[in-house]
Amino acid sequence: MYLVIAVIILFFVVIFQIAKASEYVAVLKGEKTSKLQSNKINGFLMVVFLVLGLIGVWYCNELFFGKTLFRYGSASVQGEKVDSMLWVTIAVTGSVFVATQILLFWFAYKYQEKPNRKVFYFPHNTNLELLWTVVPAIVLTVLVVIGLRNWFSFTGEAPKNAQVIEVTGKQFGWIFRYPGADNELGKKYYKNIDNASNSLGLIWDDKMSQDDIVTEQTVYIVKDKPCKFIIGSRDVIHDVGLSQFRMKMDAVPGIPTTMWFTPKYTTKEMQERTGNPNFAYEISCDQMCGNGHYSMKGIIQVVTQAEFDEWMAKQKPYYYTAFPDKDPANEKVDSTKKVAINSSLTISSKENTKI
Amino acid sequence: MSSEVVLDLHSGISSVHDSHHHSHDEHGHHHETFISKYVFSMDHKMIAKQFLITGMFWAVLGGLMSVLFRLQLGYPDSTFPWLEDILGKWAKGGHITPEAYYALVTTHGTVLVFFVLTAGLSGTFANFLIPLQVGARDMASPFLNMLSFWFFFTAGIVMLSSIFVETGPFSGGWTAYPPLSALGDASPGSKTGMDLWIVSMALFVVSSLLGGLNYIATVLNMRTKGMSMTRLPLTIWALFFTAVLGVLSFPVLFSGFILLIFDRNFGTSFYLSDIFVNGVGALPNEGGSAILYQHLFWFLGHPEVYIILLPAMGMVSEILSTNSRKPIFGYMAMIGSLFAIAILAFLVWAHHMFVTGLNPFLGSIFVLLTLLIAVPSAIKVFNWLTTLWRGNIRFTPAMMFAIGFVSLFISGGLTGIWLGNSALDIHLHDTYFVIAHFHIVMGVASMFGMFAGIYHWFPKMYGRFLNNTLGYVHFWITITGAYLIFWPMHYEGLAGMPRRYYDYSIWESFKQFGDLNRFISTVAMIVFAVQLLFLANFFYSIFKGRKLRSANPWGSNTLEWTTPIKPGHGNWPGEIPEVYRWAYDYGKDGHDFISQTTPVGADESVH
Repeated sequence: MYLVIAVIILFFVVIFQIAKASEYVAVLKGEKTSKLQSNKINGFLMVVFLVLGLIGVWYCNELFFGKTLFRYGSASVQGEKVDSMLWVTIAVTGSVFVATQILLFWFAYKYQEKPNRKVFYFPHNTNLELLWTVVPAIVLTVLVVIGLRNWFSFTGEAPKNAQVIEVTGKQFGWIFRYPGADNELGKKYYKNIDNASNSLGLIWDDKMSQDDIVTEQTVYIVKDKPCKFIIGSRDVIHDVGLSQFRMKMDAVPGIPTTMWFTPKYTTKEMQERTGNPNFAYEISCDQMCGNGHYSMKGIIQVVTQAEFDEWMAKQKPYYYTAFPDKDPANEKVDSTKKVAINSSLTISSKENTKI
Repeated sequence: MSSEVVLDLHSGISSVHDSHHHSHDEHGHHHETFISKYVFSMDHKMIAKQFLITGMFWAVLGGLMSVLFRLQLGYPDSTFPWLEDILGKWAKGGHITPEAYYALVTTHGTVLVFFVLTAGLSGTFANFLIPLQVGARDMASPFLNMLSFWFFFTAGIVMLSSIFVETGPFSGGWTAYPPLSALGDASPGSKTGMDLWIVSMALFVVSSLLGGLNYIATVLNMRTKGMSMTRLPLTIWALFFTAVLGVLSFPVLFSGFILLIFDRNFGTSFYLSDIFVNGVGALPNEGGSAILYQHLFWFLGHPEVYIILLPAMGMVSEILSTNSRKPIFGYMAMIGSLFAIAILAFLVWAHHMFVTGLNPFLGSIFVLLTLLIAVPSAIKVFNWLTTLWRGNIRFTPAMMFAIGFVSLFISGGLTGIWLGNSALDIHLHDTYFVIAHFHIVMGVASMFGMFAGIYHWFPKMYGRFLNNTLGYVHFWITITGAYLIFWPMHYEGLAGMPRRYYDYSIWESFKQFGDLNRFISTVAMIVFAVQLLFLANFFYSIFKGRKLRSANPWGSNTLEWTTPIKPGHGNWPGEIPEVYRWAYDYGKDGHDFISQTTPVGADESVH
């Protein structure tokens, strides 16, 4: 470590001394000649930088594009529009980027100081200025129109047949709630929250809560069926980030938000398409939420309708976790609370093995 | 260059001053003590240097913090025992803890945005250039100006002290969103660390208001005879709009902070509702909106981006024109686009909030207004390019950085078109794409503007030159490094890789970038080291740099170069010169340059 520091400092001292010496040399040679010389070198380097830079941009794309998953396209129907919009935007900004960078560094090289060059006194030109006001304005209008059409379709109402699931963020994990047999989410109030038996603060007097199903960390949704998340938070602001579906929405305490999308591939299909047996649709928390922010992961299991029905049949309403004695499975047995909690634990551990 | 000749031809009055007056700098002023000259100085030039050097201190500290957290991102599995020696319990076993990581990220952001790129940049150059370029002896209120620096200094002391409190400095990101920033139980950094953070920021707001009001008053009221608004150099226009933005938006941030202080300490519920904190239970607060803070914050936060960027744009315009030996192309369009940017800056804040559950219709208005900013930005870029076209370019280090600024502004500005379009922003929001975007367009580009300014006006500040060779080394390594660091981050963002993560190794979707992160971290360390080389050059040259022999080394038109080589308090030993023309008569009618103090000839065209 100290050796490394010593070498770096030595290196700096050497550069510094060379730079100082070069200044003395410049004074000896005469300011004009040395200035012209350094001007030539820097002018040349401008072109070198441009060429190497553009090659670098291409090479960077070679290296990393494959890692972005854009190769496989979006995993949701809505995300396809994001992808197509992305290509249009890349085409527009990419061509402007290449053109303006070439002009910038090429001009710098071409018009470097020459003793006998006469500069062109050119303070303004209305036509030119109008040109580069109007053309960008038109191009941007096109981009805005494409963007807003997509924006309104993403943020619009979810289709009627959408499966509704409530997603709640907490430090540092995710809780999911299905409406159960009655297809209605029951009421909740945050002051009822109790980590052991009522993690969402459901109001048990509300009949609609009694059949709600609550799971943690993993949520099952159905391929090709629109899925609507009603998103909230228990403590600070979190964010449901679904990179493969190209979707994202904040989870704000006290203010529910929504997001919907239609998954195109099951998790299994994605594992085959990407050739990665560990592939998973991960929910990443995308809003700084505390020291465990980086580990706030949830999993979305996209399955077929049949698989989903099979899984759902095994789930028990959360009500029975809070009131084990009401659970029909426990009615005949002289059960204690402890056993009931154990049984609910085995359910959740089964879920985990399925992942 | 025939600078002396032209000076004799066109600015007889000022060249007389140059040769005869620098022996009695203290002209008309009573003797100054060390304290009144270097510490509680009311000379705008000294205050500018104070801002600059304090800014440099914070830049080194903030930069060092980024090196430390890049160490974690690049080498998450390695241990560095020496880290424990420096950071103690924050790096147990040579491994930065998540607490320390988030504290570093947060402080890095706060310090760089506010202390370096706001105070260090516009504090330095607004103070230094406004009186010199408009032809005033000092700021409208030298006393407020002094207070402005000392409020900034105190803000820095408070921020620095927050690093040493037991629960650590604030660690919820530089935007300090509640409820995280409001609840000490949700994050240890939100305890004492956050109190100090708010106090520091409040002092900073006071500092920038005092400074800003002063800049506005000086530009409007203290221009010398003949210096109409449309003869002002673009630096002054840019600094003027910067000050207006700051004065109108910082108070809104301040109001947001006050509500936050109330929520933190006095049991109100402006931002809090329906919260259950693990280990504490349900909080009594109901009915507040966490989103309200974001509106208040970004109402400053977005103009802040332009507070950082506009001074750089102004200086770059001036430097590009001077060193191309050509007038800036489209002077009025440049002012117009600055004005348009300043107005639009206030109307786009919610584009930071597209995924907060914002009303979609409201969101669409913000998309429109955001993308509109690309129009004045495009005008600026094309005008800069046209300024270079058919010029006679001298690659001074300042000019190199100005060209680098344009390159970075293009690269980072174009990705703004992606992010401003809400439907696309949904995917890219809060990913490394955003990191890449704002570091290039606001961070590095503004740093380049600042470097350009330092290299260009250093001779005016200290009467000596910076070493050129070191300047070129500094430029080439920094621009190459900046692109190597931030360009590949776009790809991480396209994969959806979230920002502000301590470790990506548990994520199947993002861990494929481990090698890239290591590469980025390594380059970041090299680039940071090269900045130390620049600092060495800076401080060495203050005392030992090559001395200036003529008052106008760059052959520049603006007024600051008509002062003596080392101007005293009051700037001009005699009368303040009168101005007869705009600042950009370069290469006109066969003259290399024509100072603003030269009367317009009988048959000369007026701009």
